Amino acid sequence: MNPEQLLYAESHEWVHVDENNGEKIATIGISAHAVEALTDLVYMDLPGVGTAVAAGEPFGEVESVKATSELYSPVDGEVTEVNSTLPDNLEILGTDPYVEGWIVKVKLSSEDALGKLLDHGAYEKMCSGS
Amino acid sequence: MTTKMIEHETLEQLMQHDDFIRRHIGPSNSEIEEMLSTVGAASLEDLIKTTVPASIELGQPLDLPEPSSEPETLKQLAEFAKKNQVFRSFIGMGYYGTHVPSVILRNVLENPGWYTAYTPYQAEISQGRLESLLNFQQMIMDLTSMEMANASLLDEATAAAEAMTLCKRAGKQPSNLFFVADDVHPQTLDVLRTRAEYFGFKIVVGPPSEIASHDLFGALLQYPGTYGQVEDLSDVIETAHEQKALVAVSTDLLSLALLKPPGEMGADIVVGSAQRFGVPMGYGGPHAAFFATRDAYKRSAPGRIIGVSRDARGKTALRMAMQTREQHIRRDKATSNICTAQALLANMAGLFAVYHGPEGIRNIAKRVHRMTSILATGLGKLGFPINQTAFFDTVSVTTENAPEIVERARQQRCNLRYSDAGTLGISLDETTTEQDVELLWEVISGQAAPFTVLQLDAEADMSANQFPPALERTSDYLQHEVFNKFHSETEMLRYLKRLENRDFSLTHGMIPLGSCTMKLNATTEMVPVTWSEFADIHPFAPPEQTSGYDAMIKQLENWLVEITGYDGISMQPNSGAQGEYAGLLAIRRYHQSRGESHRDVCLIPSSAHGTNPATASMMGLKVVVIKTDENGNIDMEDLVARADEHAEQLSSLMITYPSTHGVFEETIQEACQIIHDRGGQVYLDGANMNALVGLTTPGLIGSDVSHLNLHKTFCIPHGGGGPGMGPIGVKKHLVPFLPNHVLRHDNELPPGGAVSAAPYGSAAILPISWAYIHMMGEAGLKKATQVAILNANYIAARLKGNFDVLYKGRNDRVAHECIVDIRPIRDACGIDEKDIAKRLMDYGFHAPTMSWPVPGTIMIEPTESESKYELDRFCDALLQIREEIRQVENGELTADESLPRNAPHTMYEIADTDWSYRGETEQGDGEPQADERRKYSRHAAVFPSHSTRQSKFWPSVNRIDDVYGDRNFVCNCPPLSAYEDDLDS
Repeated sequence: MNPEQLLYAESHEWVHVDENNGEKIATIGISAHAVEALTDLVYMDLPGVGTAVAAGEPFGEVESVKATSELYSPVDGEVTEVNSTLPDNLEILGTDPYVEGWIVKVKLSSEDALGKLLDHGAYEKMCSGS
Repeated sequence: MTTKMIEHETLEQLMQHDDFIRRHIGPSNSEIEEMLSTVGAASLEDLIKTTVPASIELGQPLDLPEPSSEPETLKQLAEFAKKNQVFRSFIGMGYYGTHVPSVILRNVLENPGWYTAYTPYQAEISQGRLESLLNFQQMIMDLTSMEMANASLLDEATAAAEAMTLCKRAGKQPSNLFFVADDVHPQTLDVLRTRAEYFGFKIVVGPPSEIASHDLFGALLQYPGTYGQVEDLSDVIETAHEQKALVAVSTDLLSLALLKPPGEMGADIVVGSAQRFGVPMGYGGPHAAFFATRDAYKRSAPGRIIGVSRDARGKTALRMAMQTREQHIRRDKATSNICTAQALLANMAGLFAVYHGPEGIRNIAKRVHRMTSILATGLGKLGFPINQTAFFDTVSVTTENAPEIVERARQQRCNLRYSDAGTLGISLDETTTEQDVELLWEVISGQAAPFTVLQLDAEADMSANQFPPALERTSDYLQHEVFNKFHSETEMLRYLKRLENRDFSLTHGMIPLGSCTMKLNATTEMVPVTWSEFADIHPFAPPEQTSGYDAMIKQLENWLVEITGYDGISMQPNSGAQGEYAGLLAIRRYHQSRGESHRDVCLIPSSAHGTNPATASMMGLKVVVIKTDENGNIDMEDLVARADEHAEQLSSLMITYPSTHGVFEETIQEACQIIHDRGGQVYLDGANMNALVGLTTPGLIGSDVSHLNLHKTFCIPHGGGGPGMGPIGVKKHLVPFLPNHVLRHDNELPPGGAVSAAPYGSAAILPISWAYIHMMGEAGLKKATQVAILNANYIAARLKGNFDVLYKGRNDRVAHECIVDIRPIRDACGIDEKDIAKRLMDYGFHAPTMSWPVPGTIMIEPTESESKYELDRFCDALLQIREEIRQVENGELTADESLPRNAPHTMYEIADTDWSYRGETEQGDGEPQADERRKYSRHAAVFPSHSTRQSKFWPSVNRIDDVYGDRNFVCNCPPLSAYEDDLDS
């Protein structure tokens, strides 16, 4: 996925929405900026398939040698798929956060939250400003 | 011209009552003069006037005793000790007699090499106690049969409270009901009730069989029960699991040598106290509690966990694992605020197991059980049948003569448990003798028994267990080599010394950790701790036997009242974090009493220690962060704005003074006033009290409550990561809301509401603080504070031009510590605060505090106890390291080629024939390539200074890889060969 075509939450998750058989599926990950800020990752806790998620609410946790951070869902819906190879291969997030490093896929129950997300330009601006 | 002085000292002067002041304070008077001129102050008074705001200066000296000499002080403490009466204790309830092996007593508990070390954050110079703490974890895992254990908690009751929160967090059940078995120790229940209230949990107490009738998120069971009954818990645990609730079991470590362990009954969490493994009762503490759980919950486990990793050259090395779980990162999302552990006591308990080994521990357990079986049989014959159908070391009898029997026992200098009407509890232990059992028969029946212990033992088969075969332990424990190798005293002694030699302590040099106050722990202060009259007292012994302790504690409380400017003190909290908890609890209860329980907003500056928001979160308070300005001070405009915004809900402000940035803020009184005007209370964190004593008081500044870290300001040693003591002081209006205790209460306060298992926390270490204040007196304490501030300013002055001090107050003064900014260096050449910290080890120093409270900095707190010689040695080292960094800045070396980046250097490494940057693992692959050869000499690596050439402390491993260890988490003991030499194996 091209990072320039993704949407971003202020809490540093990225979203890409696909349409599949009339259902909208959001793929969610965390940005390269977030991975860099967290430094060396050591642990990731992910939800099970079927878990309901809500925009702005935590759905998982990521831990580095320096910090523990919650992963916040940028969208409303239900988890349909989880990248289960990720917790044992966290280095993927460092090398390829936007393709191999996807975290969960969520079937959207509403698209309301998408409007609040930032485009790449706005996100980059936010990161450089902070 | 020289003048010959004719000296006419008075006899009073010759007595040298104030001699200890010059022993405690590092710089001599002439050195103080020199240092004052370096910092540009005319006198100590002048230094203080230009540093501390005039508005908070004390108007008159503190009303404290005159200084006393060391012999006088020991004599006074002996007077207190004499008033304590050491009775044989059969009270039990989690506290038992034990024989501290002499080799451990003298070489660990009474040895400054062990007790003056800090928490092992700098792992490369802490491998000894890290190995020992790992042994403790392995012992706990073995005996409880659980998958992981932490490196100790404060006491059994708070460990149970931590278990309750883990049940909620890990179990993810919507219910708010926590079930507590009715045979849990009463002090544990007391602490659980306190803790549950502000988490919003409902505690239900009942027999375990009722567990099915509740919708619960978790349960706590006790095994064996508080009166000794042993039951198989498997069915109860299964019932709870069917409801998706988690089950914690509070247990007795010694009993698990014979009994089926809770881990084999399905327990999710197992907690308890390791006290009876060779740690004296000490009127309540300090002791190490343990916390064991399943691997699945390891990342939710509270406290410090030691884990295995590897160093830069691939060698097995230990360090504290998963540090990000600590509250200073989680802040307001925390469900625990635990920091300090009980490292010294955990080490003693682990070493007790190393000393005895599995057979020795089993033998002790069998002897205790046999004695109890004989006691019970005898009681039956005498017409006093016991209440238990299965037991290990504790039984009870119910009789209408109970009060009379308790009295008779006291005549014979024995204490029985007596609380419920008519029921007497009797717990035996490692120290129980045949005569003790015969005496018990006599005091209970009222006459000498017509049989002896030996007769009963011969008469029937007393070797049978007094519990069902299904509850007999069948699994092995303590099979690791470390528990089976050091059973001769010679080997044990050498093992202890080997561990000690790997650890940097105050016996080697300065430990300039900012915010930690690593001052002298004087030998005289330590001596009374192990006197029998202080060490061998049960926390629930009757008050008439503890009048010496109580009088000493009362006097210490009075002195602390004077020193803090408050009106009341509670000695109960066992650590600074627990003090914070007790302090916010008092504020909560105070507001409740005024019908203002809706006040639930706690303001905390962004510069606060992470424990502050963690504690507030545990009290059900909402944390609102106050900004700091570019000088590191509280942004007063933001404070007013937030206080106004939340005026109706304002509970409190938590503030540290001097600030965590090491500055005396001029606006502190104004900040207190802003909060009070809006109905809030001020919590002044006492972590930096070492900059205040004798100059001002929190009370005068305007706060309502503070904790005091007795293990910082008042000389209790850090023990290599605990014990600690965090008593709180409060103003008059908060006195009625101090913690009380269900078993030993101050009658002016309602019973219960405890925050610790024991009424006075860790009473056995209070003589240390008492002795310090007694020896220093008002004059000494004030001078100590002045010199602490002088020493910090002296360091700042000596580093000027080479390192930048990040924050300063009025007149460019710092308080008792200073933050040195490493970010400009890092940005210029890549060398960071970690490189500098590790390089300091090569120079024979412990690093300052790293990256706290500001990332990319080091915070230096020298304390008053460091001499000018040591301060100069430290500054010289830092300045020389600065030159080493310049080689990188100048482009002579890359960062990776530099001395700091490759620090610390080990003896093994410099003896390597292949003196290259690559590790030993590649040795033998031929001559190193030109670019692999070190760009500096072996000599520069390990003997960089004059003092290291005279005497060298060797880090035992190279820099440790934290990432590897956290990704590959292991918290049990690796084989001993792993420590020896990875290449040879």
